[in-house]
Amino acid sequence: MFRINCPWCGIRDHDEFTFGGELRAHAPAWDAPLTGEDLAAQLFMRDNLKGVRHERWLHTSCREWLRVVRDTADHSGVCEATHVRAP
Amino acid sequence: MAASYSSWGLVRQATVGHGSWPRAWRAAAAKPSYRVVIVGGGGHGIATAYYLAKEHGITDVAVLEKGWIGGGNTGRNTTVVRSNYLRPESAAFYDFSLRLYERLTAELNFNIMFSRRGLTTLLHSPHAVNAAWGQLNTLHLNGIDAEILSREELQRRVPLLNFAPDARFPIHGAIVQPRAGVVRHDAVVWGYARGADARGVDIVQNCEVTGIEARDGRVNGVHTRQGFIAASQVVMAVAGSSSLVAATAGIRLPIMTYPLQAMVTEPIKPCLDTVVLSPATGSYVSQSDRGELVIGGGLDRYPSYAQRGSIAVTASTVAGLLEIFPSFSRLKLMRQWAGMVDIIADSSPILGFAPVRGMFINAGWGTGGFKAIPAGGWTTAWSIAHQREHPMIAPFSLGRFARGALIDEAAAAVIAH
Repeated sequence: MFRINCPWCGIRDHDEFTFGGELRAHAPAWDAPLTGEDLAAQLFMRDNLKGVRHERWLHTSCREWLRVVRDTADHSGVCEATHVRAP
Repeated sequence: MAASYSSWGLVRQATVGHGSWPRAWRAAAAKPSYRVVIVGGGGHGIATAYYLAKEHGITDVAVLEKGWIGGGNTGRNTTVVRSNYLRPESAAFYDFSLRLYERLTAELNFNIMFSRRGLTTLLHSPHAVNAAWGQLNTLHLNGIDAEILSREELQRRVPLLNFAPDARFPIHGAIVQPRAGVVRHDAVVWGYARGADARGVDIVQNCEVTGIEARDGRVNGVHTRQGFIAASQVVMAVAGSSSLVAATAGIRLPIMTYPLQAMVTEPIKPCLDTVVLSPATGSYVSQSDRGELVIGGGLDRYPSYAQRGSIAVTASTVAGLLEIFPSFSRLKLMRQWAGMVDIIADSSPILGFAPVRGMFINAGWGTGGFKAIPAGGWTTAWSIAHQREHPMIAPFSLGRFARGALIDEAAAAVIAH
């Protein structure tokens, strides 16, 4: 199965990590006028791409939130990860 | 119409060494245009074609299948059919499906081997027992059969369960749907395919659809590996790839695709005559007619299109099974596999017309599309024939997300999402 290269801990098995959703555009401002369609697009609609995509994962061991580049068509190899916020 | 199957036919074929059985359906080549094109030859697609032809006389229909009939999720599921859903919308829909399953063998003249052995959901704590009484009332109000077994009754019925006083997951009883059961999964899709083909539907295998052609908000047809096929109606029934196919028509769906694993042991003598599900351990098991134990568990908890799961989930599923059935510990697993499933926030499917005119979406079945095949196909066909959504499926349309009218069935979906 795939592994993820945590910037703190190095290459670890994916089972140490928790999936945290695909990276998406930022949420609209809290006071932006939104229709039901806008809300549905923000809350529920997903790209759900097959292939290389950018995601957020939590390294459950070291508690660091990461941006991970992962290929959803193929699990082999090591996924590169970077900090969400610079340490 | 193909010759119907009968015991006399079986005897006659036996005298000639079973050498002259006709094909169950033609190997059709795609024509340049159809009235209805169904993308995906899984259970829902094939059943839609069957009911279009049988109930509505619409036979200018093609089913386009990327691989072969019975080779996708219809061949990968754990064959359980049940209707113990909690919301009135889902209860009506899934119970309709179960009732269609009950007479499907006779209707299709194809033995789907429906075995009504009941679904036994274990209750592992006094709190689970209390919640089950509430669930029982909800089910009865929806017209769904259900009963609660005490620990003693359950022990008589399923003696192999772990009733040890020091069990990590003690068993306090069970809630049962007696009308639930298991069905031979590939027979369902083969039977529907044979019935649809006999009525003139073209079932085209090895014909991958690469895109849905939509112009000016209207569907014109589909692009395939065998060229363009024109159609005024396109039904998308490609669970596991729904987001990808919908994207070719410019539609985003509220779906994430996850792998769901299942596995079977070596065959053993009959020892388990019901489907047992343990919500606390996340495992469930039934015994097939061949004697194998068919085991399922939770999702791999990250999106994937790879059609394989991780060893960690296999291990936790097996560990959960052995907590409730310690005597299975010496069996060997024969096969393990995974299918891709469409996961939606409210664990309910999407059934309805797409924002693009002429396109119908049948998707988002999560971990339980198999039990819904007859009702999904029947209502999809009705909606195509009448050009409006059948009242039974109107609550499941794509528009429910913008209305905030979600149908939350996370509790009844059973498998942890």
